[in-house]
Amino acid sequence: MTTSYVEAIRRALGECLEQDPRVFIYGQDVAGQFGGAFKATKGLSERFPGRVLNAPISEDAIAGVAVGAAVDGMRPVIEYQFADFASIGFNQLVNHAATTFWRTGRSCPLVARLPVGGTRGSGPFHCQMPEAWISHHPGLIVVSPATVPDAYWMLKDAIACNDPVIFCEHKYLYSHLKETGDPAQAEHLPMGSAVVRRAGTDCTVISYSGMLHECLSAAGKLEQEHGVSVEVVDLRCLRPLDTATILESAAKTGRVVVATEAWPFGGIAAEVVSVISSEAFHLLDAPPRRICAQDTPIPVQPDLYAAHRPHADDVVAAVLDTVRY
Amino acid sequence: MSTHPRPINEALAILEAKKRFASPAQRLEHLRWMMRGRGLDDRLIALYRSSLVHGNVFTGHGQEALSAAIGMFLKRPITGTPGDVFAPLIRDTAGRLSFGESFEDSFRTYLGKRTGPMRGRDGNIHRGDPTRGQLPMISHLGAMVAAVCGTLLARRLRGEPKSARTVGVTCLGDGGMATGAAHEGINVMAVEKLPMVLVVANNQVSYSTFNDRSFACKDLVSRAEAYGMRGISIDGTDAEECLWAVGDAIARARNDEGPQMVVATLMRLQGHGTHDDASYVPADLRARFPDCLEVAPKKMITDGVIDQAGVDALWSAVKEEITQAYERIRNEPAPDPNDEDWTAWSSTDLTAFRSGSGNSGNSGNSGNSGATP
Ligand SMILES: Cc1ncc(C[n+]2csc(CCOP(=O)(O)OP(=O)(O)O)c2C)c(N)n1
Ligand SMILES: [Mg+2]
Repeated sequence: MTTSYVEAIRRALGECLEQDPRVFIYGQDVAGQFGGAFKATKGLSERFPGRVLNAPISEDAIAGVAVGAAVDGMRPVIEYQFADFASIGFNQLVNHAATTFWRTGRSCPLVARLPVGGTRGSGPFHCQMPEAWISHHPGLIVVSPATVPDAYWMLKDAIACNDPVIFCEHKYLYSHLKETGDPAQAEHLPMGSAVVRRAGTDCTVISYSGMLHECLSAAGKLEQEHGVSVEVVDLRCLRPLDTATILESAAKTGRVVVATEAWPFGGIAAEVVSVISSEAFHLLDAPPRRICAQDTPIPVQPDLYAAHRPHADDVVAAVLDTVRY
Repeated sequence: MSTHPRPINEALAILEAKKRFASPAQRLEHLRWMMRGRGLDDRLIALYRSSLVHGNVFTGHGQEALSAAIGMFLKRPITGTPGDVFAPLIRDTAGRLSFGESFEDSFRTYLGKRTGPMRGRDGNIHRGDPTRGQLPMISHLGAMVAAVCGTLLARRLRGEPKSARTVGVTCLGDGGMATGAAHEGINVMAVEKLPMVLVVANNQVSYSTFNDRSFACKDLVSRAEAYGMRGISIDGTDAEECLWAVGDAIARARNDEGPQMVVATLMRLQGHGTHDDASYVPADLRARFPDCLEVAPKKMITDGVIDQAGVDALWSAVKEEITQAYERIRNEPAPDPNDEDWTAWSSTDLTAFRSGSGNSGNSGNSGNSGATP
């Protein structure tokens, strides 16, 4: 049996709807035979009548509705059609959802599902990685699964979580990532932890979401073609950030490359590099380095698109630079 | 066929508007723009099917009558004089063309050519050229309303004389009307009493979501009154009605009669984009709406404006124009990533500060962090 990333998400949603009467889904085009722009909710409105609701194109209201329902004891799961449109729900997410527990002592258990990341030919408004600007605000949990079991377990954990969780799911992985075996039988890692996906000794590569797979393939190449042993850390959860795992790996290899698909400035990579530089400076043999997208909006034309984002080869080059430092 | 029965004074105004904006010559011109829109969309679909398009194609099938009318009544900027502004939306292929966008630029954008106005950076419907009054939409629906307001406000601030009054038009769908941005923008348009027309295409669907999940009023035109502007509800499948109603609204805006809302009822005749088969649209809903490009020529033949041979000749001329435009641009170059400066700023003096930011882009030409000592 193989399960794709989007199937894992759909299954987690179905199980949560089944097991918890407080759960409902609200978002654009999620209901009916259509079942969402990426089919993550396909079949669910038929199985759970009245609990999978189509919203108008009103991203601010979608998040606001979730806040109101969450403080009233429900477990809303909202879907943004593309993460890029979550900027319109930004106010409700960062000023309302994120502050509610701190202000009132009453938790705000909503999940906002954000389809993130680049797909070829989608251009500046359908490829963004929003995790940096969302993570900046205290009060939100931000997760970014890169594997099928993580998509499944982290979504279930997110729905069970008492805080507002921003669930960043990568659009490229939806159908391209398929794994054999039952995700429910796979290891259920704690939602907040990072994990070493591949052990190594010469250099640590830290990543998350779609970029993780570029890093894993870079690590394979580095091993085979250059005899460089790379340890790959998957952050999984960006806020909070599992600094212990990051520092442990940095201490082990003494060399770090952080690779993300997002923009460089003030990004998650910058945060990770900052943690490592300030807390493990004495353990490093080379400056920690980051690989990010070009600092422009995301181009639509395939050659430009390819040049905009980091690939495995860029990771390979950065690791080689770092180990030769 | 009109959506609402109209009182007698309105009926007289309609007669007048028909005379001014839907003369036989105007109807012919309108039909030609409708055909150009449809013809271009069909060609784009064919290119998509041959995998030549980057991304999806979003077409205006069913919306041509409404959209084509817009550009016909707008003044294109000519050197030295600012023209009107138009921020088209997803399904405005016809209106973009009638406002002066070339077939070539449409193709260039969809094919990601370096030579197009978007230079391969942005694509498909997100194209335009602000210097020609064509504001390129961002995806975020509703955002263009306020932007057009801003353009018109700028002209007011600069003291645009009434004699040279320019008008702004933007479009929105039944879905987009639910955005907060639309509400804020329309309210600004009304509060500032801008010479602006909002054209709303209620094509029954917002992607897969039907009207009953987008709004609860009977007709979106009822909002016009609530905002404090004139509104008119029309049959968007009736080319003649689109022509006079849009022409009249633009003329009123130009005549400083305040902002205008035109709400047209029609049907999206294809999927949301080429990736979508629209299988969720019930056949009986679809069947309620005729294709404006089938109705219009028939009605014009009945009215003696054109004959079948004329219609056929128009179609072949339009198709030939499109083919020739495509042939002209098909071998134009794609952008070269090595030629990109990879900066989103125009301030080149500030861009100089960028190096050393620690950005390791992958092309090696934009501030690699320089981990190598
Ligand atoms: C703010 C925002 N949210 C979501 C989307 C994704 N989206 C693109 S088109 C569309 C449906 C638009 O429906 P409507 O406004 O009726 O226009 P139509 O496609 O029917 O012409 C949606 C939801 C978007 N572009 N902008
Ligand atoms: Mg619509």
